[in-house]
Amino acid sequence: MAEFTADPTGRKILVTDATTPVGASVVRAMCAAGAEIVWAGRAEPWGVIPHFDDAVALPQAEVVPLDVTDGDSVISLAGRIGGRTDIVINTSEYMRPPAVLAGAGVETARIQMEVAFLGLMRLAQAFGPALAARAQEGKAHALGWVNILSINALASAPGLSSISAVHAAAHSYAEAMRAQFRKSGLKVVNLFPGPIDDDWSRQTIPPKVSPAALAGAVVDALRSGVEDVFPDPVARDWYARWREDPAAFARDIAAASA
Amino acid sequence: MSGGLGAFVSDLTSGAISVVDLTHTLRPDFPRITLPAEFAPSAPFRIEEVAHYDARGPAWYWNNFSCGEHTGTHFDAPAHWISGRNLPNATTDTIPAENFVGPACVIDCREEAASDADFLLTRERVLAWEAAHGAIPPRAWVLMHTGWAGKANDPVAFQNFSDDGQHTPGPDANCITFLIEKRDILGFGTETIGTDAGQGANLTPPYPAHYALHGANRYGLQCLANLDQLPATGALLVAAPLKIRRGSGSPARVLAFVPSMTPQRSR
Repeated sequence: MAEFTADPTGRKILVTDATTPVGASVVRAMCAAGAEIVWAGRAEPWGVIPHFDDAVALPQAEVVPLDVTDGDSVISLAGRIGGRTDIVINTSEYMRPPAVLAGAGVETARIQMEVAFLGLMRLAQAFGPALAARAQEGKAHALGWVNILSINALASAPGLSSISAVHAAAHSYAEAMRAQFRKSGLKVVNLFPGPIDDDWSRQTIPPKVSPAALAGAVVDALRSGVEDVFPDPVARDWYARWREDPAAFARDIAAASA
Repeated sequence: MSGGLGAFVSDLTSGAISVVDLTHTLRPDFPRITLPAEFAPSAPFRIEEVAHYDARGPAWYWNNFSCGEHTGTHFDAPAHWISGRNLPNATTDTIPAENFVGPACVIDCREEAASDADFLLTRERVLAWEAAHGAIPPRAWVLMHTGWAGKANDPVAFQNFSDDGQHTPGPDANCITFLIEKRDILGFGTETIGTDAGQGANLTPPYPAHYALHGANRYGLQCLANLDQLPATGALLVAAPLKIRRGSGSPARVLAFVPSMTPQRSR
């Protein structure tokens, strides 16, 4: 059953951005799940980020420089750890709160695209081939790839039009990754959370999924072998309604936000 | 050689005048201006190959690059700040070209900056410098030499953030107002990431160098390198931004012409 599940216990895991609340929580969850090494990515080394410092103080955690917007940075890290990485967990994102009067500008959308779509592409090209090549390699084989997307990858939300479009693009690319990795046995797990309870979602009314609960859902998904994960009540509700009738759901969402 | 440049050209050719490059290399990991997360960030320098004598272009090598206007060693135009928004000739495409060239006065603050990252250059400190080196001439670049360029390969030290923000040296408000109003400077240059101190937001007015310089249609230079190769006076600076339409600034190649036989500089 090894090819159907991807238990993080005893494994070497890269968390691409450990500086966000979700990223730091994923580092903690992987350490708690018994990972041998958790490489915790950090793009710019300056600045004080208390939740990051706490997470990377865990004994299995090791900070690595990784900026997914910089191809050279991604290649450098892949050169260093790509041949030993068993699981990549892509937590890289650039979230900003829903705009009240004006939508986020092109400048913000461009960063979101650089991080969440082109960043995924750079990571996949640098780390993917080595992971796929090692997916059948004896006991210590590579296991999988996790993308933390959002439910807005499927159903765009008013006020989050830009990040919704970016997550839709990343989801599309992740589907292609899954198809290309399938023969190798490397799993691609996509998570589609609803609103996350972090600083950028303060204006969003609950329920929201906590970073720790989302990180727990990553561990559960790796252990259970589920490939598409809707980790919280909002995500499950939206997914069910979207599947039933995408057009009707879009009208409901528009009416609810009007 | 006509027009009076003959001596200059022959001094350049003979090496009596040397050219010092005051510019850091543009690279993806060069420290970038970091604002509180609620403000839109300036894009860092990025570069991607278009072709490298390969299938994408067999006989040539070239790249695409991108960055914010205020990246690496760069020039601040007056329109960068709200105080300069309605001034004429305040963007990179309209600034008169003669303003890209001027004499340099280098104020050595390395000792103070080494012992106090929040060191503020004062009017009194400038007057003490003038007592040793003579008055700052009109239309000069005043360069604050802190030794900060030596930290450029250590981004954490260069940025010097702690939990209460950034700690880097800069001028105080009186100093910058004095330089503009009493010395008619062309602009003010630093080795740090801003013309203002790291804690400049807490001064009055906030970011006094940005506010006063640009409000008076003067310019800023940041992330300068190799200031230790300049004399206190006597160098000629060339700092030209790219001619971006309505540009608020631009990375610049900043050069200094320096007489080679300059006596050792004192503080």
